[in-house]
Amino acid sequence: MGLLSDPQCRRALARLLLRLNTPLCVLSYLAGLTWFLLLPALAPRTYLSENAMGSTMVGEGSDLGPRALALARDFGAHKRKVGGMPVEWLEQTMFQLGLEVHRQPFSRTLPFPDEAHERYLVRGTNVFGVLRAPRAASTEALLLLVPGSEGSKNNQAVGLLLALAGYCRGQVYWAKDLIFLVTEHDLLGTQAWLEAYHDVNLTGIHSGGVPGRAGAIQAALALELSSDVLTSVDVAVEGLNGQVPNLDLLTLFHSFCLKSGLLCTFQGKLPPPEGPSGPGYAQSLRTMGLMVLGQAGGGPGGAHGLFLRFRIEALTLRGINSFRQHKFHLGALGRTLEGMFRKLNNLLERLHQSYFLYLLPSLSRFVSIGSYMPALGLLLLVLVLRSDEGEGDPPPEEARGGLLWLLPPILVSGGAGAALYLLPVRGQAVATQHFPVGEAEAVVLALIGIYVAGMALPHSTHRWVRGCPTRGWMTLKLLALLALALLLTCLALLNFSLGFLLGATLVPPAAAVRPGGSRLPLAILLVLTTPGLSLFLAVLLERELLEAPAGLGEAWQRFLGALGQGLLQEHLHGAHLSPLLCLGAYPCWLLLWNVLFWK
Amino acid sequence: MAAPLVLVVLAAVTVRAALYRSSLAAFIAERVEVASPLNAWKRVVEGLALLDLGVSPYSGAIFHETPLIIYLFHFLIEYAELVFMITDVLTAVALYLAIQDFNKVVFKKQKLLIELDKYAPDVAELIQTPMEMHYIPLKVALFYLLNPYTVMSCVAKSTCAINNSVIAFFILATIKGSAFLSAVFLALATYQSLYPLTLFAPALLYLLQRQFIPIKLKSKSFWLYTMQYASLYLCSLVVIICLSFFLLNSWDFIPSVYGFILSVPDLTPNIGLFWYFFAEMFEHFSLFFVCVFQINVFFYTIPLAIKLKEHPVFFMFVQLAIISIFKSYPTVGDVALYIAFLPVWSHLYRFLRNIFILSCVLIFCSFLFPVLWHLWIYAGSANSNFYYAITLTFNIGQILLISDYFYAFLRREYYLTHGLHLTRQDGTEAMLVLK
Repeated sequence: MGLLSDPQCRRALARLLLRLNTPLCVLSYLAGLTWFLLLPALAPRTYLSENAMGSTMVGEGSDLGPRALALARDFGAHKRKVGGMPVEWLEQTMFQLGLEVHRQPFSRTLPFPDEAHERYLVRGTNVFGVLRAPRAASTEALLLLVPGSEGSKNNQAVGLLLALAGYCRGQVYWAKDLIFLVTEHDLLGTQAWLEAYHDVNLTGIHSGGVPGRAGAIQAALALELSSDVLTSVDVAVEGLNGQVPNLDLLTLFHSFCLKSGLLCTFQGKLPPPEGPSGPGYAQSLRTMGLMVLGQAGGGPGGAHGLFLRFRIEALTLRGINSFRQHKFHLGALGRTLEGMFRKLNNLLERLHQSYFLYLLPSLSRFVSIGSYMPALGLLLLVLVLRSDEGEGDPPPEEARGGLLWLLPPILVSGGAGAALYLLPVRGQAVATQHFPVGEAEAVVLALIGIYVAGMALPHSTHRWVRGCPTRGWMTLKLLALLALALLLTCLALLNFSLGFLLGATLVPPAAAVRPGGSRLPLAILLVLTTPGLSLFLAVLLERELLEAPAGLGEAWQRFLGALGQGLLQEHLHGAHLSPLLCLGAYPCWLLLWNVLFWK
Repeated sequence: MAAPLVLVVLAAVTVRAALYRSSLAAFIAERVEVASPLNAWKRVVEGLALLDLGVSPYSGAIFHETPLIIYLFHFLIEYAELVFMITDVLTAVALYLAIQDFNKVVFKKQKLLIELDKYAPDVAELIQTPMEMHYIPLKVALFYLLNPYTVMSCVAKSTCAINNSVIAFFILATIKGSAFLSAVFLALATYQSLYPLTLFAPALLYLLQRQFIPIKLKSKSFWLYTMQYASLYLCSLVVIICLSFFLLNSWDFIPSVYGFILSVPDLTPNIGLFWYFFAEMFEHFSLFFVCVFQINVFFYTIPLAIKLKEHPVFFMFVQLAIISIFKSYPTVGDVALYIAFLPVWSHLYRFLRNIFILSCVLIFCSFLFPVLWHLWIYAGSANSNFYYAITLTFNIGQILLISDYFYAFLRREYYLTHGLHLTRQDGTEAMLVLK
C-alpha cells in the first residue's frame, strides 16, 4: 500500500506516466506485436503428458486397405443409386459387421438459404453403429465419424470406417464402446446427432432422438477422405468459438504419424525444417498465423469442432492426395486410426493432463497460454496507460455537471450494434419484397448497409442533453477505452486469437483518437481498423499465408461468403463471432468515431 | 422530491418485470454469483414442497432458509415475483427516508459545530451544503434499485432481497430514533442471516448519540441505556425464534440455518473467500480455520466502534461492507446493499485515492466471473484456480474500496478540526500520510 498511499510517491509516478505517456504507449504496442512474432521461435516441443497413453505399447495388426476400397466402391454405387445417403445399405452392412445399428433422422430449416452449400430446407438421416466393449460396462465410449456429403466426397472415408469397424469387432481388448457414425449433410448432421445424443436442443434443430447410446464419449476422430491413395494427412484442431482439443490428442496423432512414416501437415503446411533458420521461422510463423486466423473466425474447422463444446476432445483428419511422388494406401491411415483408438482405449480418466489453451507453429511445437498471453497484455497496457492519462488531469468542477449527456452517444452506438445484429436476418422478408435480391444476398447486403449507415449516424448526440462540458470528449474516450479493454480482456480468455487480432487493430486508433486538429489521418486510421474492414483484410491475409494470393475481386467474393457463413454459423452451431462483433466491437468502435467527430 | 423517486421506482419495476418475462431469468437464477445455497429460490421451492408433504423442510439438507421465510412464501408463492419487486422497492424507500433524515442530522450537527467554533477557519470548502445534500437520498434509492447486482438478485428471486429489506428497515428505525423498532428489525435481520448481529454496535452508538448520552464506560446512564437496548434486542430475538419453533414444532432449523452458516459445509463456488480455501484444505485443519474465518467477520467491530464512535452511520456502512465481503455465502445482492450507501459519502470524493482504479477492478471482475465460469465448467479448458483468482481480485477490490473510504473519512475529519492547510513546525506545507 505504501506506493499507493504515499501522496508524494504517487504524484511522482503519475507525473512520470503523464510525461512519458505517448512513448510508453508506442513502446508497449510494439513490444506486444514483437512478442507475438517471436512466439514461433521460442516454442518448446510437444510432449505426451498422459501416462495411460504414453507408456503402453500397442501393435497395429490391421491391413484394411483392399477391404476399405471395396466397401467404399459399394457405398459409392449405392449412394448414386439412392441419390443420397444409402441408409438401408449402411444399416445392413454395419449389422453384418456385428454392430448395434441405429438411425437418427433430423430436419432443419436454415434462417436463410446457404449459398455455399446450396441448401435451405435440410432433411437427413444419420446412421451409427455401436461396438459394445467386451471388457467393461458401457460407461465410456470413443467415436469415429465421417461427415457424409453430396457427390462422391468422403466415400473412401466411409469405406475405411466400415473396414475398421469390422476389424475392431474381432478384437477382444476394447474397454470402451466404439461408435461408428456416418452423418448426412456434414456439420448439420453432426450437430443434430450430438444434440440428440446428449438430449439437449441448443440450436432449434428437429431431430428424432438417439435410440441407442454408448457411454460418455471420451474422444472423437472425424475422417475426411476422398481418394483411393493419399500423399499426406492434414489435421485440423480449431473448433467452434476458438476452442481447441487437449494437446495430448494431437501429440498422440503426431507420434503415430512419425512411427508409421505417414506425412502429416498442419494448416496445409509441411513441418518446418528443424533448427534455427530463417525459412524455418517464416514457415512456423505462417502456420501459426493461419491457426490464429482460423481460431479467430470461430467457426468449426471441421466436424470435430462441434464436439469440443460437449467436452469431447476431437480432431479432424483430412486425407490429401496431391502431386507428391510418395503415395500411401488407405491401410496406413487405417493402422494409425487403430493405434490411436487402442491408446485412447487405455485412458483411465478423460484427457486433462495437457494444455487446453495453446497455439501451434507446427505439429511438433506449441505455444502455451503463459507465453502468448503477455502479447495481449502489452496491448491492453496501452489502453490502461491511455485511460490513466484521461484520469490524470480531471476537470473536477466540470465533472460535477453530471454524466447524463453520455447517455445519447452510448444509446445510439449500442442501438446501431443491436440493429446490426438483429435486422439482417429478421428483416430479410421485407428486404426481398422491396428489392430485387435473393434472401441470402439480402441478408449480407443489409449487414453491410447497416454497418456503413452506423458510421453516418449523428455524431454530436451528446448535445441533445444539456450540461455537457467542453472537454467531455475525454470522458467519452475514457468510456470507449474501458469498454474496449473489457471486451479484449474477456476475449483474451475465451478466444485469444480473436482478442489479439481485435487488439492489434483497434488499440492504435483507440489510443490516438482525439477531436480537433487534422482529422483526416485519424479518420483514415479508424476506417482502416473498423472490424468489418479488418475481416476483409483477414481474408486477404489468409490467402497470402496460404501462398495463394487472391485479387481484390476474389477477396471481395470470399468476404461476402464469410459474412453469410458467419451469420449462419451463429444460428446453426452457436458461434459467438457475429454477436461479439455486432454487440461488442462495433459499438466500441462507433464510440471512438464519435470522439473523433466531437464538436 | 417524491416525483423523481416514483419515476425511479417505475423504471426499476419495468426493468424487473421485463427481465422476469425474458429467457435471461432462468440463466440469472442459475448463476452462483447471484444465488447462494442459503438464498437460492430453487431451494426455497424445495423446502415448500417438503412442507406441503408434511415433512420437515430441513430434513432434505437442501433448504437453509428460516421458518418465517418459508411460511411467508407458503402463502405468497403465487405472487413471488411481485413480492420480490415490492421488497426491493420497500428497501429503496426505506433507505431514501433514512438518508433524508440522516442528512438533516448531519446538517444540524455541522451547524452546531460551526457555531461552537469547533472547525478550523479555512475549511469552508469541506462543509456540506444543503444544495449538495439535496439529491443524495434520491441517488441512494437509484443506486439500490437500478444497480445491476440488485436487479439480478431480484430476477433470480434470491431471498437476499428480503434480508436487505429487513436491514434497510432497521437502519430507518435506528435513524428515526425508535429504539424498539430498531431492536426488533435488528433481531429479524440477525434471525435471517446471523451476521447483522455486528450492526448492534453502530445502532447502539447512534441511539446513544441521539439521546445525548455520553459514551463513557463509567457513566451510569450509558450502561442503563445499553442494557435496555440489548434486552429489547434479545427479547425480540427470543420471541422470533420461539415463534419459528411453534411454526414447525421442532428445533431442526437451528443447525440447518445457523449451523450451516457457521460451519460452511457447502463449498459451491461463490464470490466469497471460503469455498476454495476449504475445498483445498485437509479435513483435520478445517475446524480451526472455520473458526478463524468466522471470527474475522466479527473481529473488526470493536476497533471500528472505538475509532468511529462519533460517526455511527459511517460505522454501519463499513460494517455492512465487511459482512458482505467476509460472510460465508456472499452474493452480489449483499454487495449491492452497501454500494447503495456510496452516494452518502460523495463529499469524500476529493479524498479518495483509487476510486477510479477500484471501480474498474470491480466492473471488470463482474464481467470476468461468468467468462471464467464458462471456461471452467463448460469449456473445460480452465479450472477452479482461474475462478478463484477472480474471486480474490473482486474481494481485494472491495477491501481496498472500503479502506479507501475509511481513510478518506478520517482525513476529512482531521482536516475539519485542524484546518485544510496544514503546516509543519518549520512552516512548510505538510501532508497527511498513512503509515
